[in-house]
Amino acid sequence: MNLLLWLIVGLPLGAFVVLILPGRAMGDRRSGIIGTGAVMLSAIAAAMASVQFLRTMPTSGHFTATAWQWIASGGLAVQFALRLDALSLVMVLVVTIVASLILLYSVRYMAGEEEYCRFFAFMNLFVASMLLLVLADDLLVLYLGWEGVGLSSYLLIGFWYRDEGAVLAARKAFTITRIGDTALLLGIVLIAVRLGTLRIDNVLATAATTWQSGGALPLAAALLLLFGALGKSAQLPLQTWLPDAMAGPTPVSALIHAATMVTAGVYLIARMHGLFELAPLAMRLVSILGAATLLLAGAAALAQRDIKRSLAYSTMSQIGYMFLALGAGAWTAAIFHFVTHAFFKALLFLVAGVVIHSLHGERDMHKMGGLRTKLPVTFAGFTIGICSLAAIPVVTAGFYSKDLILSCVATAPAGGTLLWTCGIVGAFLTALYSFRMLFLVFFGERKIDPAPEGGLSILLPIVILALGSLTLGFLETPKGLGSVALFSNAVKDVLGEPSSIPVSLQFRIALVLFAVSATLIGFLVAWMVYVRKPTLIKGFLALPHHRAALALSARGFGFDDLYSAALVRPFSWLAKINKTDFTLVYPAVIARLAEAGALLLSLTQNGKLRFSVMGIAFGAGLLIAIGIFS
Amino acid sequence: MNVLFLLAAGAAVVSSLAAITRSNVLHAILYLIVSFASIAVIFYLLGAPFIAALEIITYAGAIMVLFLFAVMLLNLGGSAIDQERQWQPLAAWIGPAIAGLLILGELLYILMRHWPVGKSGTIVPSVEVGRTLFLRYFIGVELAAMLLLAALLGAGRLGRRDRTLAVKQGGGHDADSL
Amino acid sequence: MTPIPFEQTLILAAVLFVIGLAGVLARRNLLLMLLSIEIMLNAAGLVFIAGGARFNKPEGQVMFLFILAVAAAEVTIGLALILRQDHCARTLDADAADRLRD
Repeated sequence: MNLLLWLIVGLPLGAFVVLILPGRAMGDRRSGIIGTGAVMLSAIAAAMASVQFLRTMPTSGHFTATAWQWIASGGLAVQFALRLDALSLVMVLVVTIVASLILLYSVRYMAGEEEYCRFFAFMNLFVASMLLLVLADDLLVLYLGWEGVGLSSYLLIGFWYRDEGAVLAARKAFTITRIGDTALLLGIVLIAVRLGTLRIDNVLATAATTWQSGGALPLAAALLLLFGALGKSAQLPLQTWLPDAMAGPTPVSALIHAATMVTAGVYLIARMHGLFELAPLAMRLVSILGAATLLLAGAAALAQRDIKRSLAYSTMSQIGYMFLALGAGAWTAAIFHFVTHAFFKALLFLVAGVVIHSLHGERDMHKMGGLRTKLPVTFAGFTIGICSLAAIPVVTAGFYSKDLILSCVATAPAGGTLLWTCGIVGAFLTALYSFRMLFLVFFGERKIDPAPEGGLSILLPIVILALGSLTLGFLETPKGLGSVALFSNAVKDVLGEPSSIPVSLQFRIALVLFAVSATLIGFLVAWMVYVRKPTLIKGFLALPHHRAALALSARGFGFDDLYSAALVRPFSWLAKINKTDFTLVYPAVIARLAEAGALLLSLTQNGKLRFSVMGIAFGAGLLIAIGIFS
Repeated sequence: MNVLFLLAAGAAVVSSLAAITRSNVLHAILYLIVSFASIAVIFYLLGAPFIAALEIITYAGAIMVLFLFAVMLLNLGGSAIDQERQWQPLAAWIGPAIAGLLILGELLYILMRHWPVGKSGTIVPSVEVGRTLFLRYFIGVELAAMLLLAALLGAGRLGRRDRTLAVKQGGGHDADSL
Repeated sequence: MTPIPFEQTLILAAVLFVIGLAGVLARRNLLLMLLSIEIMLNAAGLVFIAGGARFNKPEGQVMFLFILAVAAAEVTIGLALILRQDHCARTLDADAADRLRD
């Protein structure tokens, strides 16, 4: 088992090293095979590990594989160790499976790229870091993985480094997540100082005994960790980098900015839920921020023209749902939604990639249309993804996970009606914007003729992800509809049961019906506006304040401008006026001195023979003198 | 006080000084031959007659003659003498004089620290020298032979006249056959 | 013959050596520089012979023979180079050969 765990992390890491060293000499075919193969082997290892885990479940509920003692100084001892329990198992399986599918897709999708090998190298680095993050037994190892995914994200967003937009977006992403990372590091330091350990189960156990619930210390630690999670998961207020990150290649957006990295924050909070339970104020903040983000992002997604940006805001919104669940104490629901979201969001991005490719790089949805006849498999995949996103009842996985979240939020003591209402409104918005996307892209009149769909390696991942989006929901069905509880039983040891106020079965069914109706209303509105009477929307939007609202929504409600004016501009101004400050004198003086010295010494290099002989003579004299007088 | 020794020493020093200060290269060489002769006398007084003979034969007889050949080949006649004078203003002697006196002073200082150092003994017979040379230091002989061979070959190559080079006019910008 | 004090020969050798050194430094003509070097070599040889006589060993004379060989070889090559220089640059000025400069 230990070997399997290290293989899971080590295979992609090894692939990264192998691919990054020889560079372009590797050749496209070999890079593709190594890059995709490593992650697929990792997925197989993960499957084997899970089989072994389920079959020989130890009493403690987890496996630990320690490699070596990383730090042993003062009171702090950190082991470099991996830990496999139900939660990390779920994460590992999702990450490796989705990553393998996306990499398989990339083999064909990124073909012809100049730096093909580099792409696969960085993707493998990312997968290795993400796996290290979720398998970490220790907060410091988690942080190592956290930084690794941040780095890989930067490298991959800026993959087309000759494009200024991409480079700026990469820099923006890194800077904003860096703010979160700093908070996370401070939180880790706080925990280390106050609790004396960084091993996750030790931390949770010690915190439960030494810190009081509602105290200042757990609140501080939880808030710092939360801030870190906000950065990585692109939630309010650190959400502005995600839409711009769509400048990277589509597989990157699919893997990193939809399925995995942005959910690292969710994982962190779920993993450290024991700590958060000690700080109810922090949990409330989590759900408030989650609710605010899901509404804001949902509204913004409505106004986007770029298909990828729309999906980015959609991701932001769905993660808002996960945060909402986390804040209400529904850890299991949040992770379950993560699983289903990973599948259908990756599916949507891959399909968007196919669409963009067939329309020769066109990303504006208003310029698309009528593709459903020409790209049938793609259309089917997109439809399934959209339905799952919008939580169409019974048949899609998204329905079950979103329903779980909403019912938990409604019934949890830490939840409440207001939060649940936000969730319902969010469901309406989600259905609205997702079907808007479907209708704009695949229905209506065709404006650009698409190239035909790609081959097997493009379509197979789409098909598999689509199947996942349909079936994974059946792992956990609500109490009214079959009461399957496979998922929550599996993770019960780690995540516990969500606490809830007792409600009757009819109340639960009513909740489900409310959610379903919100979705269906959204679908109907989208159908009316975008299929039946497209002219209606034009009239609606012609009104001036509607147009202004739309513009504001399209710009993500002005957060970018706010940050730019409040933070970026003053900082740039400071840097500019500080360009020639007095501390630059010292290097200049040193340089000048060196120059003068060199000039002086170069006079001895006059090429004259007698000069050298004179030097020898005087030197000999000097040496003899030293010999005499010492 | 060995009068002969003092006389020979004086002659050597004076003729060496003269050798380095002449404007006429030929005169300088001749003065140097005189110096070598005086030193040969000193060698004889020190009990090394064979070496004294060698000094005259090889040093004065072969090496200096080589110099003379070179001077003849270079045709350093009248204009060269004037040029030589031009190159040697009195001021040019200051630096060398300082350096020389400095080193001389140091050497004498070292000598004076271990005074007196003894007297030279009897003649060391050439037979003895020969035996030592060819029995104990034979490898030196071999090396010297190889060195002379190298010098021979080098000089032969360097002395060759290349057609291409002979045509070039106006102060050497190309020394690539060197 | 009367034994000669060792120190006197050493002083003589030192003086001759320094004269040679001054000659190398002061003269601009390459030929005369080479000549001065010969003076220096000779002075060194004198030290060896004197040493051999003082300690009554043949090694001093042996060493002088080697010095002689070396001097011969060096003069050969040196003169060949000087002739070459004259052929190319038409001058024997040591200061004219300064192309190896900064």
